[in-house]
Amino acid sequence: MSITVFVFGYYTVLLAASCIAAYFNQRAIFILVFSLTLVSFVLGIVGGAGALQAVAVFAGLLALAGMISYGFREFLIQMAEGDIGAPLRGNSTVFVLVIAALVVLAFISAAYGWGLTEIFVALAALMLILVPLSPDTAKELRTAPMTAAFGLFVVFTYAVLGIFAPWIAPHGEAEVIASAFAPADENMLLGADQLGRDMFSRIVYGTRNSVGLALAATVAAFFLGALAGLLAATKGGWFDQLMGRVADVIMSIPSLIFALLMLSIFGPHIQVIIIAVAVIYAPRVFRLTRAVAGNVVVMDYIEAAKLRGEGTWYLIRREILPNSTAPLVAEFGLEFCFVFLLVAGLSFLGLGIQPPTADWGSMVRENATLISFGDITPLIPAAAIALLTVAVNFVVDWMLFRSSGLKEK
Amino acid sequence: MGDILGLVGKRLGLGLIILLVISVIIFFMVELLPGDIAQAVLGQGATEENLAALRKQMGLDQPAIVRYLDWLSGAVMFDFGNSIVTGESVANTISDRFMNTLFLAAYAAVIAVPVSILLGVVVALLRNSIFDRVANVVTLSFISSPEFFLGYILILYFAVTWGMFPAISSLSEGMSFLQLLERTFLPALTLVLVVMAHMMRMTRAAIINLLASPYIEMARLKGAPPWKVIVKHALPNAWAPIINVVALNLAYLITGVVLVEVVYVYPGIGQALVDAVSKRDFPVVQACCLIFAATFILLNLAADVGAILTNPRLRHPK
Repeated sequence: MSITVFVFGYYTVLLAASCIAAYFNQRAIFILVFSLTLVSFVLGIVGGAGALQAVAVFAGLLALAGMISYGFREFLIQMAEGDIGAPLRGNSTVFVLVIAALVVLAFISAAYGWGLTEIFVALAALMLILVPLSPDTAKELRTAPMTAAFGLFVVFTYAVLGIFAPWIAPHGEAEVIASAFAPADENMLLGADQLGRDMFSRIVYGTRNSVGLALAATVAAFFLGALAGLLAATKGGWFDQLMGRVADVIMSIPSLIFALLMLSIFGPHIQVIIIAVAVIYAPRVFRLTRAVAGNVVVMDYIEAAKLRGEGTWYLIRREILPNSTAPLVAEFGLEFCFVFLLVAGLSFLGLGIQPPTADWGSMVRENATLISFGDITPLIPAAAIALLTVAVNFVVDWMLFRSSGLKEK
Repeated sequence: MGDILGLVGKRLGLGLIILLVISVIIFFMVELLPGDIAQAVLGQGATEENLAALRKQMGLDQPAIVRYLDWLSGAVMFDFGNSIVTGESVANTISDRFMNTLFLAAYAAVIAVPVSILLGVVVALLRNSIFDRVANVVTLSFISSPEFFLGYILILYFAVTWGMFPAISSLSEGMSFLQLLERTFLPALTLVLVVMAHMMRMTRAAIINLLASPYIEMARLKGAPPWKVIVKHALPNAWAPIINVVALNLAYLITGVVLVEVVYVYPGIGQALVDAVSKRDFPVVQACCLIFAATFILLNLAADVGAILTNPRLRHPK
């Protein structure tokens, strides 16, 4: 009986929504809702009320995501209008020194066990987030699409989860608290993994480990590639040629294969993964940086600076970098997605961060047997990987659109 | 015509040189091992005599350059030496698996190529409509998901919940072709989903790029019907970018296949590579890497040659 009521209500809502959309001349919404109605007829016949319920749940989730994104965007706009980043933008040297000091303090605190590591890292991250919040950004944010706002929200959530993992997770990442594959109870939100460790805590810690490793590897790749690209663009000549050929060779080996080769030789250590990924992805950054910087290098003000007798380092730091920030930031996001997926793949193959440290890719593999019993818990870490990659892609799309005026007609 | 042959020949030569450089990298990277292969095989506790004996047996007492030339001349004849772990010939172990992998990749390509090109063109024609936006978000999610995520979701629904296809693709001798297709359907579908998303987006971008060119506007302005604009004016010029898209994505299949084979326990060369990496069986690792790299280069080469053949403008470099 209740199922009939549900199906009846389902079609009523859809049809009412399409009528309202048609009345207010919202063409796109009408087409979407009405085609959903037509698809639902087929789905309802094939899959029954269950399929319709799945559609309703999905639409509800979508609406929830939309509301959260809207709220988060408004929040960011308010912050940006208040210009709370202003005091931080005064002196760039002091700013960089403070960030560096916070990072060093975080390391010292971790080494001596003060328990303040999270606070130092959070302060540094907060400073980096607040800097771009200015009235100019508020203007940009107002025109940002919902997808970009959603992406920003997801990235923010992951950052909080990663930084405060030990405070959020109810148990330690290597702490055995139950029997293997124990089901969920009031103590464990998602049940236990193959060794009886709390799955939820491991997922929370995994945010820190997996994302942290991918971030470190991306920074390394970016540093290597951008430095080589900038030098190649300013110096030219044989250095440019040599770097170009090296990049050609590295890019003609499939990335996963190259990573497997290096890991088989040097063993699966964190340092090896970071260096391997840096070598594999630096050529992409190199090519982009060289192209972007190449366009800047031919400008008159560079010529003027050269005639003034400025050195290569000054040219790079004060003339070229400020004029090529936008595409480089977007490239960093894109690069992070590639690196994140590669590292996740490696860790799925058992060649990532070694146990007992929690890592999303290896968690999927270790608990894969649960999937054959119809349990979706092992898929949560994999979904977390996909969600972050999608989110970063959304943000990058918006940045590219805004920086290049890349408008498709 | 001689002009084209010259260009293609030059491109082939370049590919050959890159392949040679890669073989050097693959071979000499193993030389970077702390100690050498014999040390890695026997471990830290090995005696000097045992080490010396194994080195002699594996030819490690010869200088590296001689061994490289030996290995390379063997590799050209598909002879990669013997596995360290099992002692069997590497070529024997991986040749069957290589055929399996090729079969899987071809299976995926046969489904993915026509469907995604068609969908890509449709989405390009409907650009900026609501369907285009939905397709954009959906393909972006597929691209952003790790292959093993898609693989396990398909297993969860198609194998566990609905029981339509087997979750593990074990192959055996004497299976009929239809049985083979059924067994390998899920891994192929996983690859199709990933590659299709890439291909659709690239086709869409290529077509949109094309539709913005002045001669298309000219055709529209002179009053040609829309289908004629597409078939007669746009399509002949679209072949070059489409061939490029197909070849690049087939090259992408090569990397994707490793993870998919592991998810479905498919007896392919990717699985062999992963096993060899965890056992540190260097001859097998080297052989697999060389085969993957060669296929990758070959497909990229095909993309370039295809572009040269279909785009007369590339034959006259400025």
